[in-house]
Amino acid sequence: MSDAPSISREQLAQQFRRFINPEYVISDSETQKPYECDGLSMYCEMPMLVVLPETVDQVQEVMRICHQQGVPVVARGAGTGLCAGAMPNEEGIVLSLAKFNRILSIDAKARTARVQPGVRNLAISEACASYGLYYGPDPSSQIACTIGGNVAENSGGVHCLKYGLTVHNILQIEMITVEGDKVTVGSEGLDSCGMDLLALLTGSEGLLGIITEITVKLLPIPEQAQVVVAGFDSVKKAGDAVGGVISRGIIPAGLEMMDTHAICAAEDFAQAGYPKDAKALLLCEVDGTAEEVYEHIELVENLFAELGATSVRTSQNESERALLWKGRKSAFPAVGRISPDYYCMDGTIPRGQLAHVLTEMEKMSEHYGLRVANVFHAGDGNLHPLILFDANIPGEFDKTEEFGGKILELCVEVGGCITGEHGVGIEKIRQMPVQFNDQELAQFQRIKDAFDPGWTLNPGKGIPILKRCQEYRAISTETTKVAPQ
Amino acid sequence: MNDISLALQEQVISARSEGRKIAIVGGGSKAFMGRQIEAEPLALAEHRGIISYHPVELVLRVRAGTPLTEIIAALDEQDQMLAFDPPQFGPTSTIGGTLACNQSGPGRPWQGSVRDHVLGIQLINGLGEHLRFGGQVMKNVAGYDVSRLMAGSMGTLGVITEISLKVLPKPAMELTLVEEMDAYRAIEVMNQRAGLPKPMTAACWSQGKLYTRLAGAASAVDATANHWSGQPLEEAEQFWQQLRDQQLFYFTGDKPLWRFSVGSAAENPDLDGSWLIDWGGSQRWLRASAELESMQDKAAQMGGQVALFRGGDRSSEVFHPQPLALQQIQKRIKNSFDPDGVFNPGRLYRWL
Repeated sequence: MSDAPSISREQLAQQFRRFINPEYVISDSETQKPYECDGLSMYCEMPMLVVLPETVDQVQEVMRICHQQGVPVVARGAGTGLCAGAMPNEEGIVLSLAKFNRILSIDAKARTARVQPGVRNLAISEACASYGLYYGPDPSSQIACTIGGNVAENSGGVHCLKYGLTVHNILQIEMITVEGDKVTVGSEGLDSCGMDLLALLTGSEGLLGIITEITVKLLPIPEQAQVVVAGFDSVKKAGDAVGGVISRGIIPAGLEMMDTHAICAAEDFAQAGYPKDAKALLLCEVDGTAEEVYEHIELVENLFAELGATSVRTSQNESERALLWKGRKSAFPAVGRISPDYYCMDGTIPRGQLAHVLTEMEKMSEHYGLRVANVFHAGDGNLHPLILFDANIPGEFDKTEEFGGKILELCVEVGGCITGEHGVGIEKIRQMPVQFNDQELAQFQRIKDAFDPGWTLNPGKGIPILKRCQEYRAISTETTKVAPQ
Repeated sequence: MNDISLALQEQVISARSEGRKIAIVGGGSKAFMGRQIEAEPLALAEHRGIISYHPVELVLRVRAGTPLTEIIAALDEQDQMLAFDPPQFGPTSTIGGTLACNQSGPGRPWQGSVRDHVLGIQLINGLGEHLRFGGQVMKNVAGYDVSRLMAGSMGTLGVITEISLKVLPKPAMELTLVEEMDAYRAIEVMNQRAGLPKPMTAACWSQGKLYTRLAGAASAVDATANHWSGQPLEEAEQFWQQLRDQQLFYFTGDKPLWRFSVGSAAENPDLDGSWLIDWGGSQRWLRASAELESMQDKAAQMGGQVALFRGGDRSSEVFHPQPLALQQIQKRIKNSFDPDGVFNPGRLYRWL
């Protein structure tokens, strides 16, 4: 574990300013302020320094100096993450990859693109559109979030049941180790010899190295896409309808569910024409060739009607498709309008457990006196409960956090996990011992040691330190039964 | 149905305490892969059976020693499949060996690899601890992705005892188009077709012919087939199975078989020996007597790596050499799972 670095802020800044544009070595608190948190703004900390190198050589030099001095390094993309994974360390630096914002090359024939980590997710698809290609994973923050952050978190999106997560859509990365060495992992081929380091590094939350270049796979843009929106008078019926689609052999491009709170908030916000009296709403998007979409849409419409949908509507053109999605995509800000604050959770469950989990959550909601709206990636079992609270009421956030923790523990209990796509960061580190036992956590720690023996890369995130786990479990068992080990 | 994980764990613990080395064996059908090693076999064949299978959840949980044939038979009943279509180099091929050796069939570029479909594993590490990583859900980013790290590790990190996999519905229809073409042109056509939003699921060039497989909704397959060149191939299923399991005439004989995993559009280098191109250009086979060093340079020029897949000298290195920094990292990872070097010493690389 790392000892506190002995070097002062000014000494370190001076060393960096020798090879980095002095403007990009930020030591005053006013300019540092935007870096104090990521998308989970309840967790804040001011770093010792923020640096924005412009070349890979500079990143290597920064890493060498920090390694020598034992200074913690927190890598940062656009800071849109939702688990406080990019929250600064007060004794360390924030290493922003914002200057690495170039698409280096697009190989339309082989359908790949080499990009720098600070390139925005959506910018890749925009740059490739003229070749009829796009980049698959589309997290809801895709306008702002960077591909480097996507790799660090193994980001998903609404299309991952069919098109996979980040790990399925990248071929190669260039990484700077904690010592400052440059390594290339993966290749232009679909696999490499030896253990799959590319998979290990994807989703490692900046704990194992600094990514400085990524080669992504590109997909042909589907000929056609249509979405069916169906209302149901119970969550169970909607859940069965999801199973029904899959049983018919259809893998939808997107399959989303919203509960009644989320439907009403989204409809008031976006006027998408959602049925506000429905208890659950399904959005089922089918894409492919024109013939395939025609065939599958008809199947899905009939199926939903058969399984008791109270309303079924299918997009007839692109603007209607965009409108129907607008409600779902604006669900978070929409919920933001009906509550001063909200807290987004990210558990994953086996789909068959949905009705049970929602019922239990309803009970907890009453117990804590806090409302919950649910948005659900129904195709892949990823649940996003939004707990509504008011941060200005003393103690309400603590209560919210406790409630959120209980939801995650419930997810593990029914065979799911504590995070489907947002990552552990600081936020869910207390729940790690619920999902993993001490031996498993110790194995994670040894993997961390293999890359970063001094634990200076993003310390305090992702993987809990074992002695802390005992404390977390002790707190947890006071109010709930112990999860299966 | 048999769970012998406790016995396996005991064997690992005793081997470790007595300083013995273990060679992990599933069905033994991939014994020809990797380097030859001297170690005591640890048999997984009895650790078998499907633990749970929920067709609607698209999730299968299975013991590592389960033969692929048994898994595929169970999926067939529900009209589902292992989309990565794993090779069966013999009737005993197991799912555990498939993951450890990272083996996927002709549809891999479109339908994903075995590592892409792994959701979770259980593993006995070199300390004899039985650990669980991942789970039975499609999305799970808690902790490091140990499950996928196993792909291609050739048993050097531990004994995989259980695997959870994503399964998928079978396509409604399949059709293969075949046409005569030289290799250069075939690489062009494969890549050009793969760039179109059409239901292609395999593309292979062998013995002067390009084979393109279409799969999906019947209407989509028909419409594409009418539009593309090539004649429908009879008994296409058998062709793809023989390609997958290396039973085509191309794979017969003793000449060393090299596997190039490279950029799909890379130009084929001029080498003595005969080529077979699969995975839409990303996986290329070469039958030739050659040195690893010279093959390695060619593979690097093609943006990828090479391995001596079958035959040849298996006491020297057979996989693409790793730069020192990556060797260092992999040695440390090996050490983190198996500090006493109990499992498959030297199977992957001499230094591991």
